[in-house]
Amino acid sequence: MICEVVGAGFKPAPKKTMLRILHQIFRTGIVTEPLPPEEAAEISVVGTKLEEAIRRRFRRSLTIRQVDAGSCNGCELEIHAINNPIYNCERFGIHFTASPRFADMLLVTGPVSRNMEIALKRTYNATPPPKLVVAVGDCGYNGGIFGETYASLGGIDKVIPVDGYIPGCPPTPVSLLNGILKAIGDK
Amino acid sequence: MSILIDALTSALNDEVRIDKWQRPSSVLCCTVPVEKFAEAAWILLKKKYALLAAEWATDETPFGRGFGIFACYRWGKEYLIVRSELPADNPEFPSLTRRYLPAYRFERQMQSLMGVVPIGHPDARPWIKFEDWPQDAWPMRKSFDALKPLPRVAGEYKFVRTEGEGVYEIPVGPVHAGIIEPGHFRFQAVGEDIINLEERLGYVHKGIEKRFEALSWQDGSRLAGRVSGDTTVAHSLAYCMALESMTGCSVPARAQWLRALFLEIERIANHLGDLGAICNDAAFALMLYQMMRLKEMLLRSNHKLFGHRFIMDRIIPGGVSVDIDTDGKELMLSELKKLLKEFNRLVAIYDENSSLEDRVRDTGILIPEKAREICAVGIVARASGMNLDCRTQNPFPPYDRINVNVPVLISGDVHARAWVRVEEVRESIRIIREILETLPSGEISSKVEMPSPDTSGFSAVEGWRGEIIYWLQAGPGGEVNRCMVRDPSSVNWLGLEQCIHGNIVPDFPLCNKSFNQSYSGHDL
Repeated sequence: MICEVVGAGFKPAPKKTMLRILHQIFRTGIVTEPLPPEEAAEISVVGTKLEEAIRRRFRRSLTIRQVDAGSCNGCELEIHAINNPIYNCERFGIHFTASPRFADMLLVTGPVSRNMEIALKRTYNATPPPKLVVAVGDCGYNGGIFGETYASLGGIDKVIPVDGYIPGCPPTPVSLLNGILKAIGDK
Repeated sequence: MSILIDALTSALNDEVRIDKWQRPSSVLCCTVPVEKFAEAAWILLKKKYALLAAEWATDETPFGRGFGIFACYRWGKEYLIVRSELPADNPEFPSLTRRYLPAYRFERQMQSLMGVVPIGHPDARPWIKFEDWPQDAWPMRKSFDALKPLPRVAGEYKFVRTEGEGVYEIPVGPVHAGIIEPGHFRFQAVGEDIINLEERLGYVHKGIEKRFEALSWQDGSRLAGRVSGDTTVAHSLAYCMALESMTGCSVPARAQWLRALFLEIERIANHLGDLGAICNDAAFALMLYQMMRLKEMLLRSNHKLFGHRFIMDRIIPGGVSVDIDTDGKELMLSELKKLLKEFNRLVAIYDENSSLEDRVRDTGILIPEKAREICAVGIVARASGMNLDCRTQNPFPPYDRINVNVPVLISGDVHARAWVRVEEVRESIRIIREILETLPSGEISSKVEMPSPDTSGFSAVEGWRGEIIYWLQAGPGGEVNRCMVRDPSSVNWLGLEQCIHGNIVPDFPLCNKSFNQSYSGHDL
């Protein structure tokens, strides 16, 4: 058995564990509500509209498949954030799926690298129509600082048809929710 | 003189020539004849037990020379760069892979992108360069036109195969199930047990190193900030430090302390996210959402104080572009107090949860010997018994005045990698408090001159994943001739392959998350 130099040993207190978890849950409460005022206002407006659009067009559920077509991982962090308990996108009926076959929307971050071009096309073809494609970030729009080179093909629309763009480097969670709304509304 | 260069000169005598154009003066660069390139590696390994930090090639035709090949070694606080010159018509050099494991991918990459041939390398398959690239396309060469699209050709990549009764293959990726970056993993398994894992990376290769050569020195820091979006502070810092070392720019003290502040905030934010994600992959979702809540708190205060949630583009050549005032300090301190209290509560839950313990303990063990063999860095190294941290060993200001406690564990399992993060979050909170107390007054940026021709700069920065290395070279007109980026992922990805043997397929996501290496930082 390998032992440790530093770090806490586990204290055997299994009975307390569940209590601690429950304590933490009740102490935390629902954090989705108490937002800083300016953002709270913004997010509830965006959210209500989004929920309405999703109810009308997607029978209360919008399923998104996220595809990283060559991004630096910055946009992914913010897409993660819209899942956190503060933005909590699931309350508006948005959820992320592992398979493009179940997706209504592809949320694609870019620039499209040459080595991802085929995989992106295949993902697009595997998504059943009607489908929406939203390009995320400045790089997803036009390749951003990576430009168009031997390795970077530029924006997402160079490879697959795009229905909406969400600018920003990376876009904030609120602008992501906004952009998704706009893409649904335009269709 | 340094220990490494002494070892080299005593063995190779007058065949070692110390170069004058390398900055900063604390990092030495020496040239050896190409036939001694591998021998130098052997001397440094056998006599000094040095680690290989990076290996790269340059096209030096603008200077009227052929190619340059470089190997950067590290021993304790010292870095030594060993260089050899290759003639343009015969770009062959002896491979270091049989001495140093990380050279395995460095050299495949050098061969694929620069067209220099490592003689004696055991694996001739290209790396980053996919099978559908024209074989004579070497983008890092000066003669290559980066703006011209590459045609696709037919080709095949041969994965390592395992044969026998009941063996089967699982291909995963490049498009993964979660919201993560693309890469391909090929498992050979029997039942649930993994016999072998082979990584295939390069999907997010955006030609970053070549792109640097088309940008100005100033714009380079913006590109460096986008090498790996989660490490934007550390990458732009490393780029700026390398540039400043070339130009002899002295960064104001206040800017140096602010840079350290940003670096520690980035460390905390990413560690919080990782701890949540590790627990989530062990089916303990509570921790993910709690940790994401804490991370969001930090990102919001970043936005409020510095104008960007990830503090992107706030480190510029010569200093920083944003300051903190007294109210900002107060806000940061009160947020940190709240954060630490909540964090400790969550760690207690992690610590006492036996079902979680069952998953994270003894899973994905990277034994210390292996970690050393692959020359691991950062969290991965510290979880496998290696006491490596640029903040203590090669302290750039202001870390020369801050006492950093480095957590080191030797069990090398998922728990160790998680626990190093736990300790580092606490330590970073302490460091930030110290920074805010000590923050000297004064300017936050100074003017940067452009580098003089044929000089090169080096820097090593401890990002949240580990040591990031930049090496810059100015061309004959003072422009960017080469920018070498070594993200910690370039070496640590090898560790994931090594730690997975004997584990079961369902534990792979957990192991992968505990490493959480960058695809973009590796593929460049």
